[in-house]
Amino acid sequence: MGIEVNGKTLETDEEGYLTNLNEWVPEVAGIMAKLDDTELNENHWEVINFLREYYEEYQIAPAVRVLTKAIGKKLGKDKGNSKYLYELFPYGPGKQACKYAGLPKPTGCV
Amino acid sequence: MADFEVPELKETLDIPKYVDGVMAHSAPYTAKAEFQEALGFPGELPENWQQVALEKMTDLRTRYRSFQVYLDICVKCGACTDKCHYYIGTADPKNMPVARQDLLRKVYRRYFTFAGKYFPKLVGAVDLTKEVLDDWYSYYHQCSQCRRCSVYCPYGIDTAEISMAAREIMDSISIGQKYCNEILGKVFVIGNNLGLPQRALADTLEGLEEEVEEDTGVAVKFPLDQKGAEILLVPPSADFFAEPHVDGLIGYAKVFHEAGASWTMSSYASEAGNFGMFIGSYEVMQKAALRIRKAAIDLGVKRIIFGECGHAWRVAYAFLNTLAGPFDFLDPRYPVPQHICEYTYDLIQKNRLKFNKSENDHMTLTFHDSCNVARATRMGDKPGGQFDIPRAIIKAACNNYVDMPADTIGEATFCCAGGGGILTDDLMEIRVKGALPRMQALKTVSVEDGVTHMAAICAICKSQFTKVIPYYGFTMDQIVSVHQLVSNALVLTGATGENDSSENDEGNTEKE
Repeated sequence: MGIEVNGKTLETDEEGYLTNLNEWVPEVAGIMAKLDDTELNENHWEVINFLREYYEEYQIAPAVRVLTKAIGKKLGKDKGNSKYLYELFPYGPGKQACKYAGLPKPTGCV
Repeated sequence: MADFEVPELKETLDIPKYVDGVMAHSAPYTAKAEFQEALGFPGELPENWQQVALEKMTDLRTRYRSFQVYLDICVKCGACTDKCHYYIGTADPKNMPVARQDLLRKVYRRYFTFAGKYFPKLVGAVDLTKEVLDDWYSYYHQCSQCRRCSVYCPYGIDTAEISMAAREIMDSISIGQKYCNEILGKVFVIGNNLGLPQRALADTLEGLEEEVEEDTGVAVKFPLDQKGAEILLVPPSADFFAEPHVDGLIGYAKVFHEAGASWTMSSYASEAGNFGMFIGSYEVMQKAALRIRKAAIDLGVKRIIFGECGHAWRVAYAFLNTLAGPFDFLDPRYPVPQHICEYTYDLIQKNRLKFNKSENDHMTLTFHDSCNVARATRMGDKPGGQFDIPRAIIKAACNNYVDMPADTIGEATFCCAGGGGILTDDLMEIRVKGALPRMQALKTVSVEDGVTHMAAICAICKSQFTKVIPYYGFTMDQIVSVHQLVSNALVLTGATGENDSSENDEGNTEKE
């Protein structure tokens, strides 16, 4: 499996996550979103950018409270909660947003 | 919302008429060779795979007397047929526990019994073929090892043990489940199921300290890797990561704070759950359990307490001493290990915690008994403590509590349908369908008693329910942690804001 990005095929796993995380470019997010019939707006991008920054630093996706707090700071307190994040990413902010951001899927008892 | 038919909630729960093969397509992703090999399993299907599988079956029959007995003693009485939530939710007859067991039993008969060797057709014995193996992979991953069927079996046959054995036999010939086996890899490399490294844990906990202090004005600590602490708390890693789990973790921290306890978590053993049990591997389960022993020794703690995690509590309560004991370096005055609910309950009994129950008045609660806690463990020193203690805690913290119907709770509890390695997106259909009986029971108390929220003490239950209840018309925020309720209502000494109304009569002068 794979997705076409800038004329190049990037390999993805069974669940649509990038196999090689280093291959991520911003276009990946848009193309993956299109596959889910979603159009990304700037708020989506705030989340995606934060996920990438956090992953760069800690090598793992942020915990839900870390994410909501950060988004609350960036987009306003009314948006710093998981309800808003689920509005943005209906399949779950942890999983869907991580996929678009080129992070590995968080798995465990979550 | 779903690419499968979601069962309908009716007035009562119907036992469906069986429909052959409706779930035969369900199978989770398989683990890649590198993950299999990391756990000591082969990465490729051996050429003589039948022989290897049968040898493994013999090995397990020899090691576990129970497994041998279960293969021999079923009389096909049918008492279990309508007891499995996956059968009730799917109508696939291979999800009847007896039929699930027979997938393995018919191969056992063929190779290891006189009648099966010479008259296979007469006794329903079959060769181990690729088709049989595919059926194993599909249907042994439609069992959450919840053991409800075994409660009703007059012989006490435990399908969970058969399903664990089946998964171990499959692993022995390279066929493993991606979800479980990749997660076990993360436990051994990083220390927890989620793969949260020490720095991320520290950052997350620091954030929680800030959050609680902002909310309450009290500096509640979330210590990590603190040598010399008295108590090692081992929570499921979902408690750091997900909602409503993290609200439970905040609850534990507040309880420890009010008790004046010296406690810590460990980044090395930052996982209570032990997926080694799901795949039936004693060796893998032991390796995971030994991490907790090592952390306890390295940190020099005197007590070990487990967080809200159902399968963890089974491994901890039933197997920890055998797997990783003796724990003679711990304080003998306390049980090894303890459950966080036992700890909190004890403080409530001693009148050391004060609650402002009205903080939870916007909810009417019910409690979901987690399968492994209910049917494989106990809490406290009385029979049924695993049912009474969590309820007593909820009632100490909340004014409004109602039980679900009696045949759906206690030892008859229905699994959340995500346990035993089923909590993965590639099994969403079986997760949603298997949740039907619990959803039906929740609907009953919602309609009749106005229940608004369901509390649980297992990371898997909480994640599974938040994910599947929207399919049944509920909302994900209706699932709460038991210690979240404690957190809401616990009056912290010196708190600011609404919580401080009764701070004058704390009764907590005898701090530890």
